[in-house]
Amino acid sequence: MKMGNIPDHVVFKYLRKNKKFPHIFCPGCGHGIILGALIRAIDNLKVDKNKIVMVSGIGCSSRAPVYSDFSSFHTLHGRALAFATGVKLANPELNVIVITGDGDASAIGGNHFIHACRRNIDITTLVLNNNIYGMTGGQYSPTTPVGGIASTAPFGNIEKPFDICELANGAGASFVARGTAFNVTAMIKIIEQAIVKKGFSVVEAVSQCHTAFGRRNKMKSPVEMMKWQRDSAVDIRAWDKLPEEKRTGKFKIGVLADHEYPEYTHEYQKIIDRAQGKGKEVKK
Amino acid sequence: MANKERKMLLQGNEACALGALDAGCRFFAGYPITPSTEIAEKLSEELPKVGGRFIQMEDELGSICACIGASAMGRKSLTSTSGPGFSLMQEGIGYACCTEMPVVIVNVMRGGPSTGLPTAPAQGDVQQARYGSHGDHEIIVLSASTVAECYHQTVRAFNLAEKYRTPVIMLIDEVVAHMRQNVVLPDAKDLEIIDRKHPQVHPDWYHPYDNENQVPVLADFGEGYRYHVTGLIHDENGYPTTVTEEVTAFIMRINRKISENVDDICRIEYLGSARPDVLVVAYGSVMLTAQEAILKVKEKHKLNVGLVRIDTLWPFPDQLLDKLIDKVKKTCKKIVIAEMNFGQVYREIERINRGRLPLDAYFQVNGELIQPDAIYKKITGVKK
Repeated sequence: MKMGNIPDHVVFKYLRKNKKFPHIFCPGCGHGIILGALIRAIDNLKVDKNKIVMVSGIGCSSRAPVYSDFSSFHTLHGRALAFATGVKLANPELNVIVITGDGDASAIGGNHFIHACRRNIDITTLVLNNNIYGMTGGQYSPTTPVGGIASTAPFGNIEKPFDICELANGAGASFVARGTAFNVTAMIKIIEQAIVKKGFSVVEAVSQCHTAFGRRNKMKSPVEMMKWQRDSAVDIRAWDKLPEEKRTGKFKIGVLADHEYPEYTHEYQKIIDRAQGKGKEVKK
Repeated sequence: MANKERKMLLQGNEACALGALDAGCRFFAGYPITPSTEIAEKLSEELPKVGGRFIQMEDELGSICACIGASAMGRKSLTSTSGPGFSLMQEGIGYACCTEMPVVIVNVMRGGPSTGLPTAPAQGDVQQARYGSHGDHEIIVLSASTVAECYHQTVRAFNLAEKYRTPVIMLIDEVVAHMRQNVVLPDAKDLEIIDRKHPQVHPDWYHPYDNENQVPVLADFGEGYRYHVTGLIHDENGYPTTVTEEVTAFIMRINRKISENVDDICRIEYLGSARPDVLVVAYGSVMLTAQEAILKVKEKHKLNVGLVRIDTLWPFPDQLLDKLIDKVKKTCKKIVIAEMNFGQVYREIERINRGRLPLDAYFQVNGELIQPDAIYKKITGVKK
């Protein structure tokens, strides 16, 4: 990649021309890397820009859609999936991609999250998990590890964290995968698969927030946080061979679940056909 | 084709559902709650027949959010609820105001506060409908007192939502919602239906939240105009801003698009004597009680009574009522306001009246419909 080539860089094809920069992400944040991975996945799949709707909630992660040149919906805290459900059901031919965070998806929006999984509506959801409420300055979230220090857990977090992928799989999502900002090439492939999949897809994207999480938890720089991702993420194929005692403090990445479930808008079309008397034998 | 007027026996909730369909509603998201559920039930059956979509969401906030999402795709959307569900929806209502997404909300008022009296009527949400969502914003709220009005006001709610790109709330009460009446609905083709305008310019020249237009021309997502929608205060391109001039322009515009069009939005109906001795103000099911009370007054007393029905609750019809009070103040001895709350409309009348006429009120908050005798006594001053 030559420097002189920047205008041809794939990401520039998808940046909004009339949006004022800089973006709001801190230097070293993982969210930009993941947004970049999403854009590369979309570019690889050659999806029509006009047929993509990005929906997000509230938080650092949810600011990602404003920079990219798609129809974008920055909604209410926790409600991105409820909006996205309306978007997709109203116009099933659109590709609906939701960008949300750990707090947005699994705390305030936890109910919408499990019901979107259960309905299996064809939406791709990226949960940018940085284990903290970054935008409000570092309060503990449902994915902050036990013992983790946060501005509202100065003595250490005592709440057991959610495993977002287990939650999604248990609630009925048809595609569940996890990647990290460090393993970015794998992340691009995972997002491609998630977009192509007909049904509700969840990609947990492990991201770093050294500003609000790392600095309180012995990982002062983004580099230290990415080293933590490198050392903790285990590919699903290697995970199964890993003895139980070596799994402590580690997490698996890759495609964790891939099911064939009936998709909601497809099923609803059958309702429309039935209500309109189509597909029935017509007596002459 | 022959004129297809429809003679039907309907309840208020069903009439709201039919009004929505005839207004072009093609999306409904809701959550079951008494006494509004019949609207959802009716539309779950009717919407797929016309290619519309129905979804039962996991809660009321999710329901209004899904409706706003569908609205951005160009579908006219409806949700219906009651008391507790309406409280949950407030955040979504504010979002629809800020992003200027048309959506209609039917709130069938039941006894409160909290879970309150789920099967009993009340009118305790009038001020909540106006001020329930945080921040300064205008809102349009309509009422209905008969089954036929439920139909026509729902059509009007959709028209106003599309015209002003704003959420519109229909406030009805449990009695109106569940009461059955014979109605003659017009042929849907004869209705005046307003649809939102779509942009005609090239996408590069498109400014979705252009403050030059009082009501912005918003494209449907997927049409080729890739713009940004946010509940943050935004500039003419829809991008977040904290620049004072831009914030001011936006806030003033979304408020003025309603407040400067009250002549179009506000409606009252005046019935009865042109030279009244007593003026009665009512809305919703209390209107029916008031009419019954006035019949009794006519039988027994030489009193002329005027009756005002408030069809647009918000923006409150200040100018219309102000003119009316001026017109009747020579003959009128007092204004009687009856409502199933502790004075949510009374205080608005008090504000507009500016001491011109004595006010009297009958407030009842006990889950019972106001009885005609109560209003009769207020009109005549007879104690028994």
